[in-house]
Amino acid sequence: MANVFPKWVNTIPIKVIVAIILIKTAVVLGVTYYATPKYTRVGYAPVQPVAFSHALHAGQLEIDCRYCHTYVDRSEHSNVPASNVCMTCHSMVRKDDPMLAPVKESYESGEPIPWVRVHKTPDYVYFNHSVHVNRGISCVECHGRVDEMEIVQHEKSFSMTFCLDCHRNPEESIRPTEEVYNLDWERPDTEDFKQEAVGFVHDWKVNPPQSCSGCHR
Amino acid sequence: MATTTQDSSMDATQAALLAKVQPAELQEQPLVTNNRDFNWVTDKICRIVETKTPTWWWICMAVALMTASFTGLGLLWLVSSGVGVWGLANPINWGWAIVNFVFWIGIGHAGTLISAVLCLLKQGWRTSINRAAEAMTIFAVVCAGIFPLFHVGRVWFAWWLFPIPNSNGIWPQFRSPLEWDVFAVSTYGTVSVLFWYMGMIPDLSVLRDRAVQRLKKNAYEGAGALAKGMDIFRKNFYAIFAMGWRNAGNHWRNYEMAYLILAGISTPLVLSVHTIVSFDFALAVLPGWHTTIFPPYFVAGAIFSGFGMVLTLMLPLRALYGMHDLITQRHIDNMCKICLGTGSIVGYAYIMEFFIAWYGANPYESFAFINRAFGQYWWAYVMMFSCNVFTPQLFWFKKVRQNWALVWVMSIFINVGMWFERFVITVTSLANDFLPSSWGYYSPTMVDILTFFGTFGLFSVLFLLFLRFLPLMPIAEVKFVMPAADPHGHHGDEKGDHH
Repeated sequence: MANVFPKWVNTIPIKVIVAIILIKTAVVLGVTYYATPKYTRVGYAPVQPVAFSHALHAGQLEIDCRYCHTYVDRSEHSNVPASNVCMTCHSMVRKDDPMLAPVKESYESGEPIPWVRVHKTPDYVYFNHSVHVNRGISCVECHGRVDEMEIVQHEKSFSMTFCLDCHRNPEESIRPTEEVYNLDWERPDTEDFKQEAVGFVHDWKVNPPQSCSGCHR
Repeated sequence: MATTTQDSSMDATQAALLAKVQPAELQEQPLVTNNRDFNWVTDKICRIVETKTPTWWWICMAVALMTASFTGLGLLWLVSSGVGVWGLANPINWGWAIVNFVFWIGIGHAGTLISAVLCLLKQGWRTSINRAAEAMTIFAVVCAGIFPLFHVGRVWFAWWLFPIPNSNGIWPQFRSPLEWDVFAVSTYGTVSVLFWYMGMIPDLSVLRDRAVQRLKKNAYEGAGALAKGMDIFRKNFYAIFAMGWRNAGNHWRNYEMAYLILAGISTPLVLSVHTIVSFDFALAVLPGWHTTIFPPYFVAGAIFSGFGMVLTLMLPLRALYGMHDLITQRHIDNMCKICLGTGSIVGYAYIMEFFIAWYGANPYESFAFINRAFGQYWWAYVMMFSCNVFTPQLFWFKKVRQNWALVWVMSIFINVGMWFERFVITVTSLANDFLPSSWGYYSPTMVDILTFFGTFGLFSVLFLLFLRFLPLMPIAEVKFVMPAADPHGHHGDEKGDHH
């Protein structure tokens, strides 16, 4: 019986197998890098209607986070301040600066400044700011060094792993409550502090949920 | 061999004894009747694929496609609206979806039993039904898979069923029998496909070679260009899938070894897959589900329903293709007897469940079983019991086994009964559990019915394609079990040795 196909066809299966392995590896690596929140979210820094610098206000001037985000420790939502909060200073300071014109306009008209939201948890995720900041989880854990940012950018991935890493090992992120708003605070790398952190978790009854319904209510 | 006087005297005694008692010759029906030769077998099986598509095939295909479109519609409806379009509601959150899943998975088991267990047990009669039964297994697994797959709701997340590292930092729940199901069914599907395909390779090469020969002879004047085109297609199609099979001795040696290994791998699957499916129920702490009898009872039921389905498929095929010499009364007898055996195990399990419910003295358990038989779903219980317990008992009678039409009707009863068994188990326990205040009544919606009904169409489409394009029986293996292949056989009466 004559062969139906020429002899080189014998090499096709091995070539196909090699191609499948290569393609699969490329797809897996590509998806892992380009299609996960580490890539899709981190670095998002939209242009805001007012060139507000956190580096200046929170960093250089050392204004407390809560001066503007007034309800972060009392509410699940960390509010973005209304323009009257800006005007508490800027009715005096640099009041005629053209950069501040939209703030002034908003203050006079009552129309809010259309800030562009940077950090957003999906609507199927329940997240409470107050419970975190009141139990020693600093702003910096999720938002990064906002006090050094000219323009606020998305610094952490906000993937589910990101949440769960901390919920599974809260003692690695917890800090004394008086240091929560001190973004510059450095965690002491000592055995004593590690013990202390475990103590915080125990004493403050920190019991971060790991079940689905903890966050997906 | 040198014989001593003592031996020869014993032989003489034996001969005298045999002459005295005149033992009846054990009449074992041959597995291929009518003294057919090897050529006839090859021709018979290949012709199914090679001749012009019969009209009944087109009619069946059209009906099957139309029916299959119901599944498509039902699933489209489900995906675009959500799982709520099924009749599932508290407290019955497992309805037809799991019933249909278990039903189809169960049907598949006969294929694996025939191809693996009967192979290891050297049951020659498996050869003329094993290919079709394996095809049935695979298509049944396809139909079964649809239900849990779409029950997840957002089907595009179905890959979460597999333990793939992800940026959610979570894994599937390995302690859940539903996750074991994923592994069991995907293993089962993979091994079944491998087994089926590997067994087919020599036959695909036969079909390839026959197409090549016809092309060489170029005898297409009367038949036209279409016949030639089909043969060119056949040559290439079968050549690709025959993977260069040349019928060489070392090919056959490797083939036999691989076949045995796959049979060895598949044999535990016959037991394990439906055991794990039964764990979906048995590991829940619900009265009527939480029993240790479930694994053996489910496996027996699966083989029972599977052989029912094999009979449902093979009897019409045998008539349509005139294969009475290949699928003989002996085959039908054997299948009926397996149905009888497994059906009796199932019947025993039904009764034993009642006994244990009483003997265990658990009021919830006794209620669950009394409720099954006499509660709001009594009609389903009656269907189940009559079809599964009474029907197979008729197979005790030779007259019944020889009446093919009756066997066919009964094989359908078996599958109706087995569907109702899963319905009874799933729904009655959920509808009436511990708290009477939360009791409910489940009925399927139109979407449930369309989706399930359509899977029969899907199954038929796949099976018809199999009939039309792939060899229905393993040609070589059928030849092994023919009387003509037996070097010590009689080859008819007093004809002597033909070798």
